[in-house]
Amino acid sequence: MAYRAHVIISGDPQQAQPVTVALLDEIGLLGLSNEIEVLAATDLTVATPSIEAIVYPDGVHYRDLTPDNARLVATEHLLKGRPVQNLMVQEQAVEPLDEPSTKEVRVVLRNVGVINPESIDDYIAQDGYAALGKVLTEMTPDGVLAELKTSALRGRGGAGFPAWMKWTFARNAPGDQKYVVCNGDEGDPGAFMNRRVLEGDPHSVLEGMAIAAYVIGATQGYLYVRAEYPIAIRTLRVAIEQAREYGLLGKDIFGTGFCFDLEVRMGAGAFVCGEETALMESVQGNRGQPRTRPPFPATSGLWGKPTNINNVETYANVPQILLNGGAWFAAMGTEKSKGTKTFAIAGKVKRTGLIEVPLGITVREIVYDVGGGVLNDKAFKAVQTGGPLGGCIPEKHLDMPVDYESLASVGSAMGSGGFIVMDEETCMVDMARFFMEFAQEESCGKCVPCRVGTRKMLDILEAICAGKGKPGDIEALETLGRSVKIGSLCGLGQGAPNPVLSMIENFREEYEAHIYDKRCPAKVCRALIEYKIDPETCIGCTRCARNCPVNAITGIARQPHVIDPEICIRCGICAQVCPVNAVSVE
Amino acid sequence: MEDVLATTDGIIDVHGADQEALVEILREVNEVSGHLSREQMQRIASRLSLPLSKVYSVASFYSLISLEPLGKHVVRFCQDAPCHVVGGQQVWEALEHELGIPFGATSLDGEWSLLTTSCIGACAVGPVMMVDSDIHGNLDPQKVREIIARYRGEERSGGIV
Ligand SMILES: Cc1cc2nc3c(=O)[nH]c(=O)nc-3n(C[C@H](O)[C@H](O)[C@H](O)COP(=O)(O)O)c2cc1C
Ligand code: FES
Repeated sequence: MAYRAHVIISGDPQQAQPVTVALLDEIGLLGLSNEIEVLAATDLTVATPSIEAIVYPDGVHYRDLTPDNARLVATEHLLKGRPVQNLMVQEQAVEPLDEPSTKEVRVVLRNVGVINPESIDDYIAQDGYAALGKVLTEMTPDGVLAELKTSALRGRGGAGFPAWMKWTFARNAPGDQKYVVCNGDEGDPGAFMNRRVLEGDPHSVLEGMAIAAYVIGATQGYLYVRAEYPIAIRTLRVAIEQAREYGLLGKDIFGTGFCFDLEVRMGAGAFVCGEETALMESVQGNRGQPRTRPPFPATSGLWGKPTNINNVETYANVPQILLNGGAWFAAMGTEKSKGTKTFAIAGKVKRTGLIEVPLGITVREIVYDVGGGVLNDKAFKAVQTGGPLGGCIPEKHLDMPVDYESLASVGSAMGSGGFIVMDEETCMVDMARFFMEFAQEESCGKCVPCRVGTRKMLDILEAICAGKGKPGDIEALETLGRSVKIGSLCGLGQGAPNPVLSMIENFREEYEAHIYDKRCPAKVCRALIEYKIDPETCIGCTRCARNCPVNAITGIARQPHVIDPEICIRCGICAQVCPVNAVSVE
Repeated sequence: MEDVLATTDGIIDVHGADQEALVEILREVNEVSGHLSREQMQRIASRLSLPLSKVYSVASFYSLISLEPLGKHVVRFCQDAPCHVVGGQQVWEALEHELGIPFGATSLDGEWSLLTTSCIGACAVGPVMMVDSDIHGNLDPQKVREIIARYRGEERSGGIV
């Protein structure tokens, strides 16, 4: 059927979906379903997080689409032929969507936004499954391991364990039944790299897993993906179905007698399920509580059988290493950290989004060259990497290379790739409280140091933020933190004190200001700040008084207003609505 | 009640009455019925030949599975650090104020539940919340009021936007 017009929607799939649904719905209501085709293109819009659409044949480019204004585009443009001017991209403002900045290198993300993720042919056209074919027909498992060793690929899920070593353990472990598992739980707040790989290039992960299965001697694999990623899950299921149809999964792959099949398993909302042994418990249908290690999964994993578990990005690197050679991969990065790494930049930075950079790039290059610098040109304060189990990197380390060892040496961690930029308006006590709250809530409760220790640390941090800190609190946090790290069963408890400890180490004076001077230098902690109206600037417009949710502001029209600090709950609405910026925080 | 149990049975049939599928079954039943009732847990326990305590212990572990009925609209506000750094606290308060319920609660008229979620991977446009299955980003208190008003408005006009 020939369509009269095509609408191509692009943007982050998870955010674009409601827009697409609304547009299709409206097109249906208008009876245009037979005339207009809506297509989705996933892209890597680093510079603009907006949902965009191009209408052909007119070539009209819309941006910042929401479900509502997508309906408007349908009625105005598609039905009545009148492009919606105020949603159109002005010509000079058009930025090339897909252009990576010069410091970026795309290995893992090379196909994301380039191929149609729901078409296996697209993937094959980009040398997809060529590595699997080569491995099965020309290489021995030991040959694959040797190549991986040359590449020095390390796990991308956090700890950075060499992939070839882990595979060797699983290969050598005795057992008639073995498994490969892909960790797609991606629970680190601020990290969504794995999601985009699963949504944009699912076959690269399937191919990596099949190669791992061949090496260790597994016939069955599981992909564990968090339920918060519905589109990734759907895309994976389509990909698996297509790979089966093409004989790239299932029995007798490439006519070599090698059998391997895969299943997707969804999480149900628990951060600790990203921990490998907890994940396996969850796959087996249990509470996702970590097991004591050893034994390690390589000898006793799923149902007690030898199991290899890697992160999404680790697997996605494998096919390219085998096609291009380990030496090609090892040429990127630093001495001990080879290759590239994806990061999700978020927080107070101009360009948020997904990036892929060679390891060894400096923190400064990521923040300023790739991320475009701090939002509103405020002063840089720190970067948090490694999520709630990582730590912060202060300004003095801006020129530090980003690799596993350097990050660990300053008390932070690679984690899975969250990269949160904080500026002068971020309070480091509040941040630490925040991360501790996360760890406390997500602690599964199995072991005491983690369950009780995180609660105790959180209590102290809450008191400090509430202006009730006392001398000795900092030292208590340090002692408790060390005990929780040593005593906990799994990486959650072992990592939970990291943010606090690293923030105390780098920003001790901020903690002291809260405790001794009852002052929050970043003006964030409610109990330690006061909102004031400058009588000189105030024009008496009454807007603040009308918007105050607790009626703490009094004053007559056209006269300066005042805030009663006893009633004020420090919500900041007055400062937001004031037309002349007369409200200040002290 | 019969209907609900029939749906539960249907979901078990799809996955197989196997302990291995327990998490998937619980999550799906919860998704279809809005929450997981005692009767449903009993049915799952007997079909999978597990003690009820086992089913309860797994169900109560995962945050996406609710043992209480939820409101007609469910707001899940992202409470993770990247969203917090870019102004999440103000949005959090605006939500409580606008809906008149604290986090974790369901309004008495059964219209709204206000919950938190961990990162949904939309941090680049934080602060972020989900209302039912729609994701809203770049929130501020004003936008929150508008969005909530829109959902309220939909009800009055009979669900048509
Ligand atoms: C609390 C906790 C959460 C974790 N979350 C994840 C995760 O979301 N994704 C991931 O790949 N690894 C996660 N890990 C690390 C895994 O336990 C494991 O090391 C990883 O899957 C191994 O894969 P890799 O060698 O490819 O990195 C987590 C660890 C802990 C302790
Ligand atoms: S932290 Fe809120 S969506 Fe990621």
